[in-house]
Amino acid sequence: MSLIHEIDYGTPASKSEKTVTLTIDGREITVPEGTSLMRASMEAGIQVPKLCATDMVDAFGSCRLCLVEIEGRNGTPASCTTPVAQGLVVHTQTERLKSIRKGVMELYISDHPLDCLTCAANGDCELQDMAGAVGLRDVRYGYEGDNHVKARDTSGEANPQWMPKDESNPYFTYDPAKCIVCSRCVRACEEVQGTFALTIEGRGFDSRVSPGMHEDFLSSECVSCGACVQACPTATLTEKSVIEIGQPEHSAVTTCAYCGVGCSFKAEMRGEELVRMVPWKDGKANRGHSCVKGRFAWGYATHRDRILNPMIRESIDQPWREVSWEEALKHTASEFSRIQAKYGRDSVGGITSSRCTNEETYLVQKLIRAGFGNNNVDTCARVCHSPTGYGLGQTFGTSAGTQDFDSVEHTDVVIVIGANPTDGHPVFGSRLKKRLRQGAKLIVIDPRRIDLVDGPHVKADYHLPLRPGTNVAVVTALAHVIVTEGLYNEAFIRERCDWSEFQDWAEFVAEARHSPEEIEKLSGVPAELIRGAARLYATGGNGAIYYGLGVTEHSQGSTTVMSIANLAMATGNIGRKGVGVNPLRGQNNVQGSCDMGSFPHELPGYRHISDDATRDVFEKLWGVKLNNEPGLRIPNMLDAAVEGTFKGIYIQGEDILQSDPDTHHVSAGLAAMECVVVQDLFLNETANYAHVFLPGSTFLEKDGTFTNAERRINRVRKVMSPKNGYGDWEVTQELAKAMGLNWHYSHPSEIMAEIAATTPSFANVTYELLEEKGSVQWPCNEKHPEGSPIMHVDGFVRGKGKFIRTEYVATDEKTGPRFPLLLTTGRILSQYNVGAQTRRTENTAWHAEDRLEIHPHDAENRGLRDGDWVRLTSRAGDTSLRALITDRVAPGVVYTTFHHPDTQANVITTDFSDWATNCPEYKVTAVQVSPSNGPSEWQEDYTELSRRSRRIAGKMEAAE
Amino acid sequence: MNIHNPLGGPLGGVELRALEIVGSLKSLEGPLLPILHALQEEFGHIPQTVLPLIARELNLSRAEVYGVVTFYHDFRQDPAGRHVLKLCRAEACQSIGGEAFCNSVREALGIDWHETTPDGRVTLEPVYCLGLCSCAPAAMLDNELIGRADLAAVKAALAEAGQ
Repeated sequence: MSLIHEIDYGTPASKSEKTVTLTIDGREITVPEGTSLMRASMEAGIQVPKLCATDMVDAFGSCRLCLVEIEGRNGTPASCTTPVAQGLVVHTQTERLKSIRKGVMELYISDHPLDCLTCAANGDCELQDMAGAVGLRDVRYGYEGDNHVKARDTSGEANPQWMPKDESNPYFTYDPAKCIVCSRCVRACEEVQGTFALTIEGRGFDSRVSPGMHEDFLSSECVSCGACVQACPTATLTEKSVIEIGQPEHSAVTTCAYCGVGCSFKAEMRGEELVRMVPWKDGKANRGHSCVKGRFAWGYATHRDRILNPMIRESIDQPWREVSWEEALKHTASEFSRIQAKYGRDSVGGITSSRCTNEETYLVQKLIRAGFGNNNVDTCARVCHSPTGYGLGQTFGTSAGTQDFDSVEHTDVVIVIGANPTDGHPVFGSRLKKRLRQGAKLIVIDPRRIDLVDGPHVKADYHLPLRPGTNVAVVTALAHVIVTEGLYNEAFIRERCDWSEFQDWAEFVAEARHSPEEIEKLSGVPAELIRGAARLYATGGNGAIYYGLGVTEHSQGSTTVMSIANLAMATGNIGRKGVGVNPLRGQNNVQGSCDMGSFPHELPGYRHISDDATRDVFEKLWGVKLNNEPGLRIPNMLDAAVEGTFKGIYIQGEDILQSDPDTHHVSAGLAAMECVVVQDLFLNETANYAHVFLPGSTFLEKDGTFTNAERRINRVRKVMSPKNGYGDWEVTQELAKAMGLNWHYSHPSEIMAEIAATTPSFANVTYELLEEKGSVQWPCNEKHPEGSPIMHVDGFVRGKGKFIRTEYVATDEKTGPRFPLLLTTGRILSQYNVGAQTRRTENTAWHAEDRLEIHPHDAENRGLRDGDWVRLTSRAGDTSLRALITDRVAPGVVYTTFHHPDTQANVITTDFSDWATNCPEYKVTAVQVSPSNGPSEWQEDYTELSRRSRRIAGKMEAAE
Repeated sequence: MNIHNPLGGPLGGVELRALEIVGSLKSLEGPLLPILHALQEEFGHIPQTVLPLIARELNLSRAEVYGVVTFYHDFRQDPAGRHVLKLCRAEACQSIGGEAFCNSVREALGIDWHETTPDGRVTLEPVYCLGLCSCAPAAMLDNELIGRADLAAVKAALAEAGQ
């Protein structure tokens, strides 16, 4: 194994279909029109010296190293900024060019430290490479003149041009002394990330890279995506891990284990030590970009909090006892059989993980269906995108997004509803912003003024700041405008959908009660904005809808998904590039965990458990009889536990205590069980109620696949041995064996083979195909042998697209005198979900605690100042946290994140849920906010409980 | 990646006046330079505190606005003296004794480049070509050009300009 080197072509690829042929250094080459001479040369195998060019950003032409000569043209043009033309004869190496380049390099090196041997970039420095390439042998100018390199001159005077190293960012350093001002970092921040946090300040010799207004990186607008570090050709911007460890020596391509974008990375290693993660240019989801989490926040994998030995205890008030794997698994198996013997077959169940691989998820549901003999299996998608599954399944026929992420490059009008891509799905957010800067229009439907509404080079054409809980009303009002103003696409509807169903739906949405003027009264969105947005979406060209949990986590989540599907069908925005309906999935493998049959009513591939033919396939293969009745969902398991009929649960990689709504109910359910088995990296909050703890492995420690939001199956590759001894799939297999099941998988590829053999939409998926293609998007079968980037191209999966009436029913969660504000919840960029991983990284530099966003008006009424402790109360419970006063939220709405267990925002959320799928209504809770002195009684009790329940016999408690 | 609103807290008089100026010019095509000129006209310099406001109003980042402001030497980050004297240090002026002329002025005023006399009357700035090469060495006091400049001519101009 060696380091994967990606070719840097110097400038981005041209998308032109027209080609031109030219001669470079005697070699004839044909490339697309618009290609730069530099790129064409590289494609012909000739590397023109360069410093300011790299193919992640547009050509800039500042370093003057890549000059070439063209026969019949004067001068020495820069090859990066000169496009190819038919018949050109180009020379990249002549006496004249050699001497110019050498002269340029002399100037660069005369103002650069000569500490190559001790420099962190030694071995990975383009400046060093170029000095070698141009044959630089000495620097006539010397090093004593004006420079940015030395803190003091020879006489000991301070050098005003020198700036100290900026080490404020936890993950990388900025050493201005090493900077050659090529501005690759500035352009990467602008063009790739779209944050515009960097600039070149000053001019001429005074030019410096400046974060913000000459600030340090941490206090600037920088979001720490690392694109600048990747772009830097010198050691000016360097990962601290590289400074500490040294250059990596081998690498493997793998998939990020954070959000549903599913970015591909090269894990660059030295032995079994991870040196850095570098986004892979060929990764089709991220195209070489990353966010702060994927690139930098992997320190949790080796965090001292990780539990590496199995543990058991008889009751949850005892300390944990470390035991052997054998004992832990034997104990678990005997507990489950004891409970089933005593309370019946259906008294146990399990939860699959959206953080684990497809193969691992498949095994857990198999263990429950074949081993436990019931269908009591559910997954965390229950609390996020189950309405997507239901809504899109009903209307289109499949439970998944219709597009690939590349599709956004062809979009003209984007609707973002109930999603905050720049925080929740940052790499997609960057790709979207890039398209917006190219002129695409944007409609944001969100109670908060998210960053996309108004920011550097981004401004939403329409922001519909609706009251939480009124999604269905507002989307139906958009449909009202489209129908009553005749903006629908009749040809598309007649061809692809059922015309009479459309007519029925059209009649429904056209009713006056759905008009924007009526809906304004309950949603608070001015009617003119709704009308304008509807007209723009219907008539602005390719219209794409991206949505998130702000759509699904409502009592009418499924209805909103269907109303979104209706909009797309009515305007013909389905089945080609640049359009579609795209759920932004929360977790790395939430799509995959749904695909793998994690729901109590569905076998892998979304086939209902009551379907005899499907059951037959699995019964024959597994040699067991399957129950044809759907099992319990997570909330039902907890209800049954409280009632005393559900006694044991196997939870792989999910922290339901922190992530599920109404924490009091969850803890009561868990406390009522006799055997709670938690398999995780850390003693998470749920483990406070567990009897068996099976240590889990990280994505770096196992092979497998993740399926991202665009249905893309990406390989996860093992780059280090599991610190706990086993990959999670092996743990499940060992548990199955302990329960007497005859499982013998020796590698996850064998599990994938079983998935492919049983599940039609995965029929052609093999590890060999993934090796060859990098990734594929399901369905991948005989009909689509190489997968399906876009769905419903020639017709809907279900046959005819189905229009469904979407009656708005207000949630029962209403504000009143006691609880006058609406709380909605979400994520922030630097933290991830319950924070189990990101809280154990340096990402806490940006977000050390959950804060309550509150409008200045509401704050003033309550006498609150920014940073004050406040008590947040709902009818479910109360918690305390500090206030953040901002007009990003409207008056009457408050907002917080749920990344920190000591806040426990879900103590506040209620048990209301989606009518179709039980997806909890996280996004609407009526609350009151009042001044407070500090943590609530519940928080203090809980902290004490956590401390007690995390004791491990024979080990010192960690000092606080 | 601050979670705090960078513009949090009440705005002062300078910021409010700056917002008025930004508001009156932001509909121009390429409004940033006209806005910066107007601010400098109003305040005699461009207060750093208004840069985030300009950025927000124009959908730019504060880094971008700062980059533009620092690129142009004529945009001042601190107030100048009541008069600004610019002396040309470019090639044509140097060829006809410009350096000696500059030194004589610096000595007479008792200040170096970019500095202001202690009484706040004159700020001295270098400039690289005023387009007056035929009458080198050249200088400029406020907006008045001085050709074939010498110390006496500068002193006379300063006297005429008053306090």
